[in-house]
Amino acid sequence: MTDTLHILSVGKGGWGGALLLAAGVTFALSVLGFLLGALFGAVAAGGRLSTRALPSWVAKGYGTVFRGVPDLLTIYLLYYGGSIALTEIGKFFGSTGFFGLPTFATGVLAIGIISGAYQAEVYRGAYLAVDLGQFEAGKALGLSRFQLLRLVIVPQLMRHALPGLGNVWQLVLKDSALISVIGLVELMRQSQIGAGSMREPFVFYIAAATLYFLIAAVTGSVFRYGEARAWRGMVHA
Amino acid sequence: MIDFAFFAEIIPTLLSGLPLTLQLAGLSIGIGFALALLLALAQQGNHRMLVWPIRSFVAVFRGTPLLVQIFLIYYGLGQFRPTLQAVGLWWLFREPYWCAIIALSLNTAAYGSEILRGAIQGVPGGLVEAASALGLKRLQTLRLVVLPLALRQAIPSYSNEIILMVKGTSLASIVTLMEVTGIAQGLISQTYRAVEVFVAAGAIYLTINFTIISALNALETWLTPYRVRA
Repeated sequence: MTDTLHILSVGKGGWGGALLLAAGVTFALSVLGFLLGALFGAVAAGGRLSTRALPSWVAKGYGTVFRGVPDLLTIYLLYYGGSIALTEIGKFFGSTGFFGLPTFATGVLAIGIISGAYQAEVYRGAYLAVDLGQFEAGKALGLSRFQLLRLVIVPQLMRHALPGLGNVWQLVLKDSALISVIGLVELMRQSQIGAGSMREPFVFYIAAATLYFLIAAVTGSVFRYGEARAWRGMVHA
Repeated sequence: MIDFAFFAEIIPTLLSGLPLTLQLAGLSIGIGFALALLLALAQQGNHRMLVWPIRSFVAVFRGTPLLVQIFLIYYGLGQFRPTLQAVGLWWLFREPYWCAIIALSLNTAAYGSEILRGAIQGVPGGLVEAASALGLKRLQTLRLVVLPLALRQAIPSYSNEIILMVKGTSLASIVTLMEVTGIAQGLISQTYRAVEVFVAAGAIYLTINFTIISALNALETWLTPYRVRA
């Protein structure tokens, strides 16, 4: 027991500091990936809602592919595919080495692409939940299309979107563990390193699970707070 | 640009991993569903000693990454080899196959139990009263009235869970199992053609999931003939 505490301590010879730092990387990776996903998701939701065939089809294809293919495959595809492309470009300029993509940026991009596919559905549903009269009222007030979206629709849409976004966030946080396969030292990878060098896999993976659980719990309550705030002053069932 | 001959070459190799992928998915979804149903039913009674541990189990398995769960069971429990050998469970935790099945089943049981709990609670109370007025016993009410309605209600959410599980089986490649993703990785180290291999593997998963979605949609339509079909 004291051995375990020593292994996980923050001080000298302990892995606690490294694990906490790696948890920070996991958190940063997840937040940036989620935000990039919000951008992709919003654009894709716009495509899905469009009455024109092409944007609607592209958005639908994006959603189907990235929700239907294992996230692990998407991550491998981006990393290996990107690295191969980079190496080919290097060869063209006379280099002979292998270029790996930067793992953190690739991780953010992968999480952004995957979570964007899920977020698109959340935004689409939320947009459709906004009362039609709100659009008419905005038009009657002479708001431009952009003003209507920014001032009237989006604030109301977020009320409906927050619970779904909370779910996607939990998904993103857990998906970020998969980025360990491309070598980024986030929480999962750091635990693997620790487990290997101390020959104490159980301790390290329990520690990792606990940290993921804590991050999920704390950030989950942030979403609940946001929801309560978004509905303040409103009567709802 | 697209090399069709290469696809024709690798797809049979990738498909050789399909039986294992389907086995992992099928077994864990089956075991997970049985567990989920048990957990959901156990929570209907509101016995605190029963509900509290179940809620904790669900919270833990929903709050941590599946990859961590697989590692914890495969590498983590492997550390306790003497103890596991003593209780005669080592054969189970020695095999990456069973470790993957255990992790996937427990994971889907946690999510599934929440879906089924909601669906069971969604069955109108009046129907249960009507059943008891007709003289049905509690178990009969459950079997003949509550469960059929709850399960039908749960199909759309449960279909999402099934798809997540099919995708989740790809993580088994990390504990050395040669299912579709594992074989794809092997092919890449031989051919260095990552994009083609992953696109082909992705297409296989999409086909499986598309088939599952279509089958479950058909099942739902068949079970709700009164609904207006748009």
